[in-house]
Amino acid sequence: MVLNQADIDRALTRIAHEILESNKGSQDLVLLGIPRRGYPLAVRLAAKIAAADPTVDPAAIVGQLDVTMFRDDLSHQGIRPPYPTQLPRTGIDNKVVVLIDDVLYSGRTIRAALDAIIDLGRPRIVRLAVLIDRGHRELPIRADHVGKNLPTSSSEKVRVRLAETDAVDGVPVNEVVIEATA
Amino acid sequence: MRHLLSTEDLSRSNAIRILDTAEEMAAVGEREVKKLPTLRGRTVVNLFFEDSTRTRISFEAAAKRLSADVINFAAKGSSVSKGESLKDTAQTLSAMGADAVVIRHWASGAPHRLAATDWIDAAVINAGDGTHEHPTQALLDAFTMRRHWSKLAGTPSAGADLTGMRVAIAGDVLHSRVARSNVWLLRTLGAEVTLVAPPTLLPIGVEKWPCSVSYDLDETLARGVDAMMMLRVQGERMNASFFPTTREYSRRWGFDDNRLRALDSLGLKDTIIMHPGPMNRGLEISSAAADSPRSTVLAQVRNGVSIRMAALYLLLSGDTREPAHQANSTHSTPAEHTSALVTKESH
Repeated sequence: MVLNQADIDRALTRIAHEILESNKGSQDLVLLGIPRRGYPLAVRLAAKIAAADPTVDPAAIVGQLDVTMFRDDLSHQGIRPPYPTQLPRTGIDNKVVVLIDDVLYSGRTIRAALDAIIDLGRPRIVRLAVLIDRGHRELPIRADHVGKNLPTSSSEKVRVRLAETDAVDGVPVNEVVIEATA
Repeated sequence: MRHLLSTEDLSRSNAIRILDTAEEMAAVGEREVKKLPTLRGRTVVNLFFEDSTRTRISFEAAAKRLSADVINFAAKGSSVSKGESLKDTAQTLSAMGADAVVIRHWASGAPHRLAATDWIDAAVINAGDGTHEHPTQALLDAFTMRRHWSKLAGTPSAGADLTGMRVAIAGDVLHSRVARSNVWLLRTLGAEVTLVAPPTLLPIGVEKWPCSVSYDLDETLARGVDAMMMLRVQGERMNASFFPTTREYSRRWGFDDNRLRALDSLGLKDTIIMHPGPMNRGLEISSAAADSPRSTVLAQVRNGVSIRMAALYLLLSGDTREPAHQANSTHSTPAEHTSALVTKESH
């Protein structure tokens, strides 16, 4: 196991404070989670930001950004039904948007997310927060806030299991593990 | 090879997958930039051997919103009028690199023929064949009904079906591919369908269809209907007399002002009135009914673009490479290489 429940919680607490620090407060913040597991992480981060800054309404700063239709590997991946995109009521124009995903790997998901954002509005700043950075980037993309840098081999698979998305009886959740692939 | 040819052999899970995807596509139409880059570099050919305005435009809008290149081919003014066969037309399109063919043909079964042969290596979407099927129309009707049905129930429409919904389809069932496709799809989605028509406008074998049949529109309405779908009287396909006069037809089987008032007096305040268009106002539907708040005619047109975007996306975004090649899948859930939308020739 790479991260257990307490590790994930501590990493998210630190990232929440880093986001507030680099933004010099909570003004104009919007957290956009990338489905599936980025969204529950965004919800958790918003709750932590609200805990640090009581003026923040956590529900009002979280959104979900689906990038399926913007991917460059659709023709290789088989059919992926799109997830809903939900923006906070305030929109994203002139906001500080923090993209949130579970694992940063090739960078292609984030490339797609940047395209998706541009079609929805014009944020003032776009930042990136991820729980795991496992390296092997294929594009010039870097995360601003990282829960854990995890050196991996590309033959390995990093699995993030969250209570919100992966609750199956008998399988532990809220942990990160590395699995070898065949 | 994957095609969308018929709703008869469309499974419930595939039907709901198309409806759910269309729900996300509908959100694109409400955005500032109404375009997605998803099908960039793909070519969609609209192959229309029969006149059509809304279906062709709807497919064209859908393909363009997904950034595909669209080639419109109308049989009139083409080599077809010089006697070119379907095979030669298909092979010509194949040589030009079409990724999807949207075909409307006056002959029932033409899309199946195109899909079952090796004339063309593209996804085939049936946009209406003869008096057989029109699957995307049925899907957009089901989408419209599902939105209404789940709004009434106060539940999200994603993943839902039409269990318990009472749907009446009235009019020229005999010539209607829309009615056939709707009967199969609505049965799959759990709705109760009643066909209402004069006996002369019902096809032979209708008693074997998964629906009930009535000859009396008022009686059907009195038993309670959640969605009332009127079919167009297809004068261009009628080479014999099927009813005495248009006046008698509209009095007995048309949705006129009296029946519109009857909905209120029967307490059916949530019943919607649907029509696939184009409407013969005054014949199968009165202007008051077509323009009433119950009418979903324009919503159906709007939803048609979303459904066709979903169909094109699901048919064209699948794996186009050899299965042996492993894409650099990261942490995403395993891509479902399901045999979605595979339909076999069934006739």
